[in-house]
Amino acid sequence: MGQDKVIEGSEAVAFSVKACRAQVISAYPISPQTHIVERLAEMVSDGELDSEYVSVESEFSAASVVSGASAAGSRAYTASSSQGLLLMTEVLYASAGMRLPFVITGVNRAISVPISIQVDQQDTISLRDSGIIQFYVESSQEAYDTHIAAFKIAEDPEILLPVMVCMDGWILTHSYERVSLLQQELIDRFLPPFRPIHFLDVNNPKTWGSYTEADVLMEFKYAIHDAMLRGKKRIKEIFGELANITGRNYGGLIEAYRTEDAEIILVALGSLAGTTKDAVDELRSNGQKVGLVKIRCYRPFPYEDIWETIKKAKVVVVMEANFSMGSEGAVGMDLKAKLFGKSGSPPIVDFITGLGGREVNKGTVAKVVQKACEILASGGYLLEPYWVDLNRDILP
Amino acid sequence: MNLEQALTQEDLFAPGHRACHGCGMALAVRHILKATGKNVIVVTPTGCLETFASPYGYSPWRVPWIHHLFENGPSIATGIVAALRAQKRDDVRVLVIAGDGATFDIGFGALSGMLERGDDVLYICLDNEAYMNTGGQRSAASPIYSSTTTNPVGKNSSGKAQNKKDLPFIVAAHGVPYVAMASVAFLKDLGDKVKRAMKLRGPNYIQVHTACPSVWGFASDKTLEIARLAVNSGLVPLFEMEGGKITKVRKIKKRVPVSDYLKAQKRFAHLFKKGRGKAELAVIQAIADQNIEKLGLPARV
Amino acid sequence: MKITVGAVVKGGTSVNYKTGGWRDEKPIIHLDNCKTCGQCEMVCPDSAIRVVNKIYVIDYDYCKGCGLCSFECPTKAIEMIPEEK
Repeated sequence: MGQDKVIEGSEAVAFSVKACRAQVISAYPISPQTHIVERLAEMVSDGELDSEYVSVESEFSAASVVSGASAAGSRAYTASSSQGLLLMTEVLYASAGMRLPFVITGVNRAISVPISIQVDQQDTISLRDSGIIQFYVESSQEAYDTHIAAFKIAEDPEILLPVMVCMDGWILTHSYERVSLLQQELIDRFLPPFRPIHFLDVNNPKTWGSYTEADVLMEFKYAIHDAMLRGKKRIKEIFGELANITGRNYGGLIEAYRTEDAEIILVALGSLAGTTKDAVDELRSNGQKVGLVKIRCYRPFPYEDIWETIKKAKVVVVMEANFSMGSEGAVGMDLKAKLFGKSGSPPIVDFITGLGGREVNKGTVAKVVQKACEILASGGYLLEPYWVDLNRDILP
Repeated sequence: MNLEQALTQEDLFAPGHRACHGCGMALAVRHILKATGKNVIVVTPTGCLETFASPYGYSPWRVPWIHHLFENGPSIATGIVAALRAQKRDDVRVLVIAGDGATFDIGFGALSGMLERGDDVLYICLDNEAYMNTGGQRSAASPIYSSTTTNPVGKNSSGKAQNKKDLPFIVAAHGVPYVAMASVAFLKDLGDKVKRAMKLRGPNYIQVHTACPSVWGFASDKTLEIARLAVNSGLVPLFEMEGGKITKVRKIKKRVPVSDYLKAQKRFAHLFKKGRGKAELAVIQAIADQNIEKLGLPARV
Repeated sequence: MKITVGAVVKGGTSVNYKTGGWRDEKPIIHLDNCKTCGQCEMVCPDSAIRVVNKIYVIDYDYCKGCGLCSFECPTKAIEMIPEEK
């Protein structure tokens, strides 16, 4: 195999982008993403990475640079967080519509106002309508592996959509883990050079970005959704291919952890899944039949795989670090929408955890399970999602 | 190549586009692409040009062309340049052909970023002085006292209260190799300026004053006449800058007072109504006088 | 016809839309007054004037009748007449 290094999550991502031979990298700094683009800048500066590195004047331009580069036929990469991701929103919708395959790291961080650089997943979750594919990773190793798969998934001729790999800010980007880096030859074999289906070519002039009338726009939008739905199979295949090379199998669109006989199944995304696995182990050792569904691929939403895993449970407990103001948590909504009315569907209870970096530890998870059991006992229906550890005393 | 050969060469901007009768921008694009030749990739942000030149399935662009969003023409261009560098395709050049809305307003930050980075892009702004695609709302390029739909003439208003943003000089302040002002009235001059810019690695900037019959309010056969009056009044001085210094100006053969230019357009009609307009006309005349003095154009009226 | 991936289309296809239908007036070139200076072809926004064996010809498929060729012709060799409907 390649090399084992004890590195920051940010550095692991930089190594994977380098290994994937990204030809164009655009960079605009924002905490907690900055170490990724800084590490890449060092690699370029020292001649370790042969990429066109473009420093831009805003995230809007960062996303636009990778879009232009992709349309011109090059493999491209950028990263952002929070406010920067929101600023990129228009570009991401446009590039998904234009079916441009590039990879972007969404380093999760809370959204202003109030301004906070602490972690939650509101930023990437708020992009869920745009047509970009989204993966959420639990560890630096998974971040490294998933970025490699991401380029292959994005560039697949059946998919052709931007792919965002989401990783929790600070918790993953700034903590050190032992990460196994793959040998370059293995990566090159898994991920050959980008072969676009079309590109800006003076020998075959084509037109990108036409305007459309009502007779075709709906079909174009459907085509994105359709690519995502049909892409689920291909995504699993590509993850499987990579798993065969690395020996690390993260499960596919979801990872099911100790769910086979579970009565209470937790659902989580990102590093919270890691904490939850520990909590599950402890609760199990105390006799509770608890399991976890870790959603790895959030868009397209893998409801079929989730259903197979949860259908025998007594209650499904979603923990999420995002909220759609005036309504519910997004993951809870996605799950409930797909399972509503499905015969035998267990009740789904939505918990809002960890907004703005509020600590979520094993104890929090245990509290959530406890609360879920109470709700189940009293009928199993929670009208308002439960905001965990909310300090109601200081509310105005 | 003789005149006949040049004239019968197939245009890189094909007919069948949906520009208005007598559109100055469509004319400008024909001549820009004549000057660049086919080895260019063109980026156009949202606007009139983008809309009339890209109904789905009916594209006039015989060069590779991309319209992404409104405010990111320069950044898309940067991305394309970076890809061309990565792919070692150094025989292909990148152009942005954008309207004034995209250039002076919403894409201004991205433009500045591209200029600062020094990317090899030729940025051409087709300036018809308002958001024409949507009916003529004001932009920072709209001249002072022009009536637009978002600063219309009324009891309390004589139209736009701010002067036109002096973009060529702002661009030049970024230290770019070449900046030029051109006009659709002088097509050969425009072609020459494009050729000059293409000889220099960018970022370079050409601002092309293009008259708009539909919204400025004049007959469609007068597009060049109106554009000529603009230049001959001193309001649209034509010049070239290299290394931040004016290197060439186009002398005005027959100078006209600004009122000759303004009274021929509906958007300035209010300046000629009884009881109003005198003070405003004086302001506009002073702008023309200042341009002429600053650039050393003839001062006799 | 099936939609394309990402709405990317072939360039130059605008020729399939004949803007000649937009005309209210049409230009007629009086060849005896034409001194073949090429101004008309230069100033047409729609590339609707062609030169065939030094003879200037209007391409009525695309001519929108804007009148620029007529206005700019230095010898007044182009006349705008009403379009027959």
